[in-house]
Amino acid sequence: MVTAMRVLDRKLFRDMKRLWAQSLAVALVMAAGVATMLIGLGAYNSLSETRSVYYDRAQFADVFAFAVRAPKSVSAEIRQLNGVAQVETRIVKAALLDIKGFELPATGYFISLPASGENTLNKLHLRSGRLPSPGSLQEVAISESFAQAHGFQIGSKIYAVLNGAKRRLTVAAIVLSPEFIYALGPGDMMPDDRRFGIMWMREPALAGAFDLEGAFNSVALRLLKNAIVEDVVQSLDDILERYGGEGAYGREDQLSHAFLDAELQQLNAMSRILPPVFLVVTAFLINMVLARLISLEREQVGLLKAIGYLPTEIAVHYAKLVLLISCMGVGIGFAAGTWLSHGLTVLYTKFFHFPYQIFIASPRLYVVAALVSLAAAFVGSMRAVAGAAALSPAIAMQPPAPPTYKRFWSGRMQPLKYLSQLTIMVLRHIVRWPLRSLLTTFGISLAIALLVSSLFSVGAINYMIDVTFDRTDRQDATFAFGEARPAQALQEVARLPGVLTAEPYYAVVAKLSHGHHAKRVAIMGKPQAVDLSRVLDLELKPVELPKSGLVLSEALASKLQVGRGDTIHAEFLGRNRVETDIPVVGIIQSYVGLMAFMDINALSRLLGESPKVSGVHMLLDPAQSTAFFAEVRVQPALSALSLQRVSLAKFQETIAENINIQILVYCGLATIIAFGVVYNSARIQFAERARELASLRVLGFTEYEVSRLLLLEFALLTLAAVPIGWMAGYGLAFALVQGFQSDLYRLPFIMLRSTYAYSALIVMVAVALSALVVRRRVSNLDLVSVLKTRD
Amino acid sequence: MTEAVFSGRGLTKTYRSGEVEVHALRGADIDLFEGEIAVLLGPSGSGKSTLLNILGGLDRATSGTVRFRDHDLMNASERELTQYRREHVGFVFQFYNLIPSLTARENVALVTEISSNPMDPEKALALVGLGHRLDHFPSQLSGGEQQRVAIARAIAKRPDVLLCDEPTGALDSKIGVLVLEALDHVNQTLGTTTAIITHNAAIQSMAHRVFNFGDGRIISTHVNAKRQNPSEISW
Repeated sequence: MVTAMRVLDRKLFRDMKRLWAQSLAVALVMAAGVATMLIGLGAYNSLSETRSVYYDRAQFADVFAFAVRAPKSVSAEIRQLNGVAQVETRIVKAALLDIKGFELPATGYFISLPASGENTLNKLHLRSGRLPSPGSLQEVAISESFAQAHGFQIGSKIYAVLNGAKRRLTVAAIVLSPEFIYALGPGDMMPDDRRFGIMWMREPALAGAFDLEGAFNSVALRLLKNAIVEDVVQSLDDILERYGGEGAYGREDQLSHAFLDAELQQLNAMSRILPPVFLVVTAFLINMVLARLISLEREQVGLLKAIGYLPTEIAVHYAKLVLLISCMGVGIGFAAGTWLSHGLTVLYTKFFHFPYQIFIASPRLYVVAALVSLAAAFVGSMRAVAGAAALSPAIAMQPPAPPTYKRFWSGRMQPLKYLSQLTIMVLRHIVRWPLRSLLTTFGISLAIALLVSSLFSVGAINYMIDVTFDRTDRQDATFAFGEARPAQALQEVARLPGVLTAEPYYAVVAKLSHGHHAKRVAIMGKPQAVDLSRVLDLELKPVELPKSGLVLSEALASKLQVGRGDTIHAEFLGRNRVETDIPVVGIIQSYVGLMAFMDINALSRLLGESPKVSGVHMLLDPAQSTAFFAEVRVQPALSALSLQRVSLAKFQETIAENINIQILVYCGLATIIAFGVVYNSARIQFAERARELASLRVLGFTEYEVSRLLLLEFALLTLAAVPIGWMAGYGLAFALVQGFQSDLYRLPFIMLRSTYAYSALIVMVAVALSALVVRRRVSNLDLVSVLKTRD
Repeated sequence: MTEAVFSGRGLTKTYRSGEVEVHALRGADIDLFEGEIAVLLGPSGSGKSTLLNILGGLDRATSGTVRFRDHDLMNASERELTQYRREHVGFVFQFYNLIPSLTARENVALVTEISSNPMDPEKALALVGLGHRLDHFPSQLSGGEQQRVAIARAIAKRPDVLLCDEPTGALDSKIGVLVLEALDHVNQTLGTTTAIITHNAAIQSMAHRVFNFGDGRIISTHVNAKRQNPSEISW
């Protein structure tokens, strides 16, 4: 028995050698499934695991809050709150930086370290150097990405305008912080490490600079395990209210954390959608290839049985073939998945700053991926293998009965009489094997769907950019003042060199609630007539803000479950807690953040204040930009400057880079599916119909005519697949858009016609190429030998 | 019998089968005349099929010359051979080689669609006695019926020559005779030059001329003074 099995195994390897191209096509589809699983789940696991380990070790806070100025003694009061484990008060201020050799002003985010020693929450991870020495007024620890962007090293000097006074700072340490894994500058859409840096200084230094001796303006809390975040936030707001508290918030609203969450959510959506697609196609291909192989080997199966092989031995023999193909697929998938995951990790390190290697190649994930793929392969092979095992030897040794065809329509209706016989052959063949035709169509349509769901994002992102930067926020730059200032501040800015137009805004943090839905947002007060930073309605027409009432973005309205005409409750934090009901007078479009707008004067009236501004949007004269930037660097009141055009360029550059990679990957995956499906079914068709095709050649049909027969069938199946693929792609894209949606941004669901066209075109080219590979075999048909033998 | 439709001289064919070199033809001379039925008789491996394939443009001789009227088949390109088969030759095979996805009528129409002067598929099928089974698929026809569809398909384009390789090889005597009658009827009605390969000596009596094959050569040729009607043949 042992030797006999060895002979069968030898047959197995020879089969494999003969079928290498088909096996490879199947294995590649399987590999794509394994790889996407490794990438999606692998990156998800790595990212979330790394984040949680890092958070834990660095004692990342659970709740954050800002106030204008609170005495340090309040800290003890906070510590008494139910559920609070640790409290750390600090000073956090933004300031403009002046960097030699860099024309644009950068924004620095200054955070205090305790007067001596380490901070207890949000601990810094030292990359190099040492923390600023206690008592030092110039030493600063800076964020690694900012240091790298400018080539700063220990000892480098940085100039900063702290509360109007220019200071020379010395880099003492290069660090990472769990608060800034994703470091997004104020007003920016994409991290720009050149223009945004985080700086840690000893508390006395910052307290002195910002007149906050014996006080703090920011607090971070770490909670006990069973604490309820909302309750702590509420109690903290109650305490800080007297000190200009701007509303506490939990981790989920912490910017860096929220971006990481959004990324994890995307990975999760991805890994739920992609691998199943590939595994389904794998199962189908295995079924198709194996069924064909076994039908070709009927006589051999019959013979094996006649000489005494058991059905299980036959089944095991073919199962081994599936196993071999699967091993190939899993092997390629492992290699590709590992390589691509590593690539993704490198991509992540550009955006997410972790102190450790974030790629965890968990052996368990590999085992799971392999097992799931094997399971798909075996499900696919079951029917064919069982069929082989069940073949009775006497029947198996005879050729199979000729396939039975049916007329399309019973009766005498003859719509076919206008078609050539070759075309009728094609149509009948499709109908004769409806399941195979259907599955082939289905496979091709999945390839198209995959492309639609990926390519659509190009149009959607361009649309988002157009709406956000060309129609909504059309300013070149925005100043943010450290604290809200009287309305006259607008004139000071308008007088700066190069400022063509200046438009004020007033941002006030409020907790908006409706029923049990609540959200902490910044209400933006704007003048009625604005031309730079505009508000657009759902049809993207500019809206003039009404004299009273709130205008909400669609995303915020749906979060709060309100519509036009509803009234929502607003609680203005840090403003003596003004509470009032405001009617929602309009719903507008915005793809970035959760937006609430109001007339700037109405906002001030509501708060019982004289008119104020928190910042100014500007249109700049490019010819005077050098003078403008030089002037800005010495302006005392400015804490942050965002440059929308620079930000847009950065955004587009980053997006373009990522999108190109993404498109390349998806085109590759779609091509693998299309090739796997079409090449295999074409090969099988060709083998099944070799005799028929040879007969046609003998009858005098040319190679071209005979190949057309083969290609026409795939052309028809592909044509049928196109609308199905479009619909499936539409659904897939919709699911992805829903899956990607977060408070931070939403992707508009915009489907361009060109997306459909390109998706179909790419797959058609892949189909044509795969079919042409098989078409070459028509030229090599051996007419004589085919006709001499029976099927 | 007037002029030679085919004329072959010194035809040899050598091919490799696995590791072995096979001499299928070792120098055959043959002429086939307009309107005659020729039976090529011999055991398997005697070279008769190889010769028929060469005459039909399915295969090329290793050496020698072979002409169909003014066509030089030895030096014709693949494209020219396809064109030659398309215009001049009708084939009938032992295993019918019908297209399973086409009905009897459509199998015949397959050929008439690409010919310049075809007969109606219905007429061709009537000629072989299958006027009543036009819309049946191959799987619904008996072996003899399938072979007669194949003959109808072969003659529907009014070929100059009809080449039949063991047309009754898969059929029993009674059914086989029906097929031979169909061939004889076509020959008489259309005057198509017909070559029939067989190892069944009984069939030779319906031929005008008989070629005996052995070991890659034509051993002998004889003319039947009195042809038998196929209905009188049995085996």
